[in-house]
Amino acid sequence: MLQDILVTGLVNGGVYALLAIGFSLIFGVARIVNIAHTAFYMLAAYCFYTLLVKTGLGFLLSALIAVGGVTLFSVLCYRLVIEPVREHEAAVLIATIALALIFQELMLFTFGGHFLGIPSTLEGAVRFLGVSIPYQRLLILVVAAVMLAAVWFVLYRTRLGLAIRATANDLEVANLMGMNVHRVAMATVAISVSLAAVAGVVVAPVFVVDPFMWLAPLVTMLAIVVLGGLGSLKGSLIGALIIGYVEAITVFAVPAGAYLKGAVALLIMVIVLLVRPEGLFGVAFEEER
Amino acid sequence: MLRSFTVGLAALAFAAVATSGAHAQTIKIAILGPMAFVQGENHWAGAEMARDEINKAGGINVGGKRMQIELVRADTNEMTSVPDATNAVERVITRDKVDFLIGGFRSEAVLAMQEVAMDYKKLFLGAGAAHSKLGLNVEQNYERYKYWFRVTPVKDTDLVRTLFAVMGSIGQQIRTDLKTDTPKVAILAEKAVWTEALVAASQKNLPGMKMEVVGTWQPSATATDVTAELSAIDRAGAHIVFTMLSGPVGISVGRQMGERNMKAVAWGINVEAQKDEFWQAAAGKAQFVSTLDTYAEVEMTPKTIPFVRAFKERFKKAPTYNAATYDAIMILKTVIEQAGTTNADKLVPVLEKLEHVGSGSVASWDKRHDLNWAVGKTAGIAVQWQDGKKVPFWPPQVKGMQPFKMPAR
Repeated sequence: MLQDILVTGLVNGGVYALLAIGFSLIFGVARIVNIAHTAFYMLAAYCFYTLLVKTGLGFLLSALIAVGGVTLFSVLCYRLVIEPVREHEAAVLIATIALALIFQELMLFTFGGHFLGIPSTLEGAVRFLGVSIPYQRLLILVVAAVMLAAVWFVLYRTRLGLAIRATANDLEVANLMGMNVHRVAMATVAISVSLAAVAGVVVAPVFVVDPFMWLAPLVTMLAIVVLGGLGSLKGSLIGALIIGYVEAITVFAVPAGAYLKGAVALLIMVIVLLVRPEGLFGVAFEEER
Repeated sequence: MLRSFTVGLAALAFAAVATSGAHAQTIKIAILGPMAFVQGENHWAGAEMARDEINKAGGINVGGKRMQIELVRADTNEMTSVPDATNAVERVITRDKVDFLIGGFRSEAVLAMQEVAMDYKKLFLGAGAAHSKLGLNVEQNYERYKYWFRVTPVKDTDLVRTLFAVMGSIGQQIRTDLKTDTPKVAILAEKAVWTEALVAASQKNLPGMKMEVVGTWQPSATATDVTAELSAIDRAGAHIVFTMLSGPVGISVGRQMGERNMKAVAWGINVEAQKDEFWQAAAGKAQFVSTLDTYAEVEMTPKTIPFVRAFKERFKKAPTYNAATYDAIMILKTVIEQAGTTNADKLVPVLEKLEHVGSGSVASWDKRHDLNWAVGKTAGIAVQWQDGKKVPFWPPQVKGMQPFKMPAR
């Protein structure tokens, strides 16, 4: 049973990590509470499904168009909906909730409540420690690692990354130093949503595509970001793995309580908020701007 | 000015008379279902077929007067909101002035809808929910709940009887093929009201059928990832995954079992697997997934094959059990013509004595207004996905059944 928990937790942690990186970036670094983050993930999955299954474009072309299209659309949403209210955090929260619900209803209207399947990019499975792991799950692990490395590179090795971090540290000073903070924020949104879109393209094939698919990951992402620490990509990765393992342990230890695995993740989030509000690797609230 | 006013008033009065006349010529039936979902689509599709067939033949004979059927489409949105469902029932009764109610899917929502329908003493023919409480209400408070009848499916405890009957047959095949005396069964049931009785009955009765229950896993009804559950089931060495799933998790189970090359076979209730779209949704990985079902091109009743073919021709897909709204309307027609009235109080005793040969079952009702369970009549059929096709395999005595297959070991 131990090897099952080890492998299952790692694989599921990889799925969550891919979803959490973008969420953590925008939530922690740019200080935008984008509840619509996983709704963009849903849009990318629908876009990918339509291009791949309905129009018959290949995997690569469908994936590129889906990621690019959803990223551009998110920039448009940012300019029209988030930017005008960005100074008011509560308004951003409400605006992004509204956006997510609008996307959900639009998909419900367009595709109905049907559960749709996307073919796997990689077929087959491998047995490791006696546990069967589909190649698609391994692909998710690899993509999550690559995305994490790419985001780290952009943030810490490029001028844009420097600007994003500077803006996150102190918006007003960054503005006074001559940075175009609006463009920086827009770039952060684009990077963050592109990560969500990549997740939509790579992760959706292991789940089902439906208009409500953004809700469950959103709750898990919140738990991961709070656990890992606001703004910490390293924290997001470790938080994702912890949640992946906690869920696996819950299912293996209490099979009849498998439905509680989401609740256990939320319980961890509440405990972390009470005991260590800054999370494992985050910045304390008191130190924030 | 006065003349214009008088003419306007007269026109209004004429319109009112004409409208009331039109109402008098039709029997209004509300079709209640989650219309954005496949269950609601089937509710509506089955009802449309019945309406068109009856209206084309001249309508329903109500005491010598021919009346046409008028359907009212009511989206209950019950998948996400029970209050939306009760509001929909309230709306069709008070605003649309419907005479009868047909449909419903989620037990939680139908239990609430039943209350509203009974408040207004409206005949409500259920076509989706399985929970026993719906019928128990009739037994415990007949005067209030007598207007409720269940057309499909059979109640949850009877579903268990069907499941066990098929399970016995699959278990025997496993004993023969795998040369094992005690097949191992993993119970995989979503956490929902309707599965409670099924899970309890399975845990209690399977050992008596010489089957070993290796565990019970209960994911959320809205879960889309069951890798941890399947990993544990695989490790437990189960031969059969006994499913009780109505939500999207049914697709995940089919797909992820295939992706993991699991040697266990899935049998039980998997509502998603009843749909034609299941194979595509599971990305073609759901080989050998089997489920309880209602419709296939087999001679369940003399009306089954013609109905299924007509449905496929019209809607380009096979019906799910919710399409038994067709039978519900045909049942209404029969009892209205027998009683010569649309008065619900007079229809109830006629319906209680009726035996109706429908498209999916031969229906008669017990004192709870639940269907009398019988193999070959109301117990339904079992189907298995084989190479992208839904193949019926049980009950074996029904003409058109094919062999049940196991994954290669």
